[in-house]
Amino acid sequence: MFYRENGQFKSTYRDDQQIFPILQDRIAIGMLLLVAMVAVPLLASDYMFRAVFIPFLILSLAAIGLNILVGYCGQISLGSGAFMAVGAYAAFNLQARFDGMPLIVSLIGGGLCAMVAGVIFGLPSLRIRGLYLAVATLAAQFFIDWFTNHVKWVTNDSPSGSVSVGDLNFFGLALNTSVEKYLLCLVIVLVVGILAKNLVRGAIGREWMAIRDMDVAAAVIGIRPVYAKLSAFAVSSFIVGVAGALWAFVHLGAWEPAAFGIDKSFQLLFMVIIGGLGSIVGSFFGAAFIVLLPLFLNQVPHWLGLPLSTATASQLEHMIFGALIVFFLIVEPHGLARLWLTGRQKLRLWPFPH
Amino acid sequence: MGFFLETLFGGLMAGMLYSLVALGFVLIFKASGVFNFAQGAMVLFAALSMARFSEWIPQWLGFDNLILANILAFAVSVSLMVVVAWLIERLALRKLVNQDGITLLMATLGISYFMDGAGQLLFGSATYKIDVGMPKEPMIVLENLFDGGLLLSKEDLYAAAAAAVLVTLLSLFFQKTKTGRALRAVADDHQAAQSIGIALSRIWIIVWSMGGIVALVAGVIWGSKLGVQFSISLVALKAFPVVILGGLTSVPGAVLGGLIIGVGEKLSEIYIGPMIGGGIENWFAYVLALAFLLVRPQGLFGDKIIDRV
Repeated sequence: MFYRENGQFKSTYRDDQQIFPILQDRIAIGMLLLVAMVAVPLLASDYMFRAVFIPFLILSLAAIGLNILVGYCGQISLGSGAFMAVGAYAAFNLQARFDGMPLIVSLIGGGLCAMVAGVIFGLPSLRIRGLYLAVATLAAQFFIDWFTNHVKWVTNDSPSGSVSVGDLNFFGLALNTSVEKYLLCLVIVLVVGILAKNLVRGAIGREWMAIRDMDVAAAVIGIRPVYAKLSAFAVSSFIVGVAGALWAFVHLGAWEPAAFGIDKSFQLLFMVIIGGLGSIVGSFFGAAFIVLLPLFLNQVPHWLGLPLSTATASQLEHMIFGALIVFFLIVEPHGLARLWLTGRQKLRLWPFPH
Repeated sequence: MGFFLETLFGGLMAGMLYSLVALGFVLIFKASGVFNFAQGAMVLFAALSMARFSEWIPQWLGFDNLILANILAFAVSVSLMVVVAWLIERLALRKLVNQDGITLLMATLGISYFMDGAGQLLFGSATYKIDVGMPKEPMIVLENLFDGGLLLSKEDLYAAAAAAVLVTLLSLFFQKTKTGRALRAVADDHQAAQSIGIALSRIWIIVWSMGGIVALVAGVIWGSKLGVQFSISLVALKAFPVVILGGLTSVPGAVLGGLIIGVGEKLSEIYIGPMIGGGIENWFAYVLALAFLLVRPQGLFGDKIIDRV
């Protein structure tokens, strides 16, 4: 009843090719943006920003990057934590070694370094496929782990191996409070999200999806696998690198190499799978799930009034997390994005069943 | 020269230990097409079960004999791993039939989180001891050929022997018994195997139990070497390059890959390590496997990947 698109005719190609052609969609997105930009900064508490909104935004950015590689181009990568680390350390080096370096330039520089690393470690994908590639990308993960631990100039010769960034400022505006950091992350995520959505709707996105579906057939019809696969690695690593730099600068503040270990790679992969492979909005859903679930699991024993020791609680959390992952994959292997799509289809017909 | 041989032997034996863990991966992938990310968690779970039951059984039944305690604990752990295999097949695998590889991979990752938590909840999270009577002192051989002789670890030798026996038993099982033939049939083609009357779910339970028992043997050996603690589940990360080097579907590949990776790791640490800062063991194995894969993308003995349009 409310979601009908009849009567909404388009008279130009430009109107027809919009990301949100239906008026109700545009209204909904407008309201969401209003809530995100106005209501949340006014109403949310500091804890909510630090524990929920900022991690959600940064991890959804990283999930968009990984989704481009795994979901749209079909190259399974278990090394995304390493690319986040490259982005973070490169941005840190740019910030620490050059006085007065603008924050945006450091972030983009971090992304560019991660892009170079991504292309180098993506070269095996030209020869190896499938699960073999997944394990081969672990080489990137462990190599970068070792590199950031052993090569001293990466951490600016820090004696303890851990580095920190001072106060951030955005072209003169100091970013001290959580609200300002949240708004920075929100703007970056929106810009990159729109760019990514347009990339995957365009020619290069179609090339990626052709490679994912059947790379031999794609090569037969003239899509160059080298160009498509390496560009997927490049774009994905750039976005993941920027996300890593943001994670380090905005969320962590001070970090050591272990912050970007293999657990981070698995976390990102979980987000992408649960959110939905091959879906930009799915990355957001997956990031929300993974960020909110541990917080929720932490609170449940408290609500039920059960006195559990922290060790037992953390082990139960592990078990429930694992069980929920498996449950989710059984119930909806295409992820939350598919559920969302199904919901929208049902909404088009509501209140009629068919 | 003596030092080089020592490092070589050490690498070969470490490689056998890695290939023990890799065997579990290969078995499960061969017959059910699932890359079992939970193998490390299974090794930890099995080792914890063995360590704790060998402590509890003497307490419950009131006797002192270590050998009997170990045998009973082993038997209990084997049955526990069979139950785990049954549960995994029933609750996870059966519902995920026909999903693509990455979904199954993620499901096993979820199972590994679950088993990590469950193992530590059931058995405790301290470091435990496994004492199956493996000798801890090293032995010195070839004293007449080299100055001071070569130092070999007796424990590693026993472990390598145990691994060799296990591989031989597995090969015999696959070649000579009816169930082994059924497993090979399922590994070739699930649908064809089903159409000739092989019950897939039973085969999967058998295969996952075998993976669990191999994990138990690996857990006992690693546990008696390092003590049973959480870091044992990270041994699986060392076994990944072995699996992809040898080929995901090949038992001799797992052994040969293990030997190559073991030797490569140790030699690189000694000879290349000092040049670039040390500690390269972790990633060198992966880079070595990657180099082999660039030449043979399916691993040394893996099934050739045939591209069909």
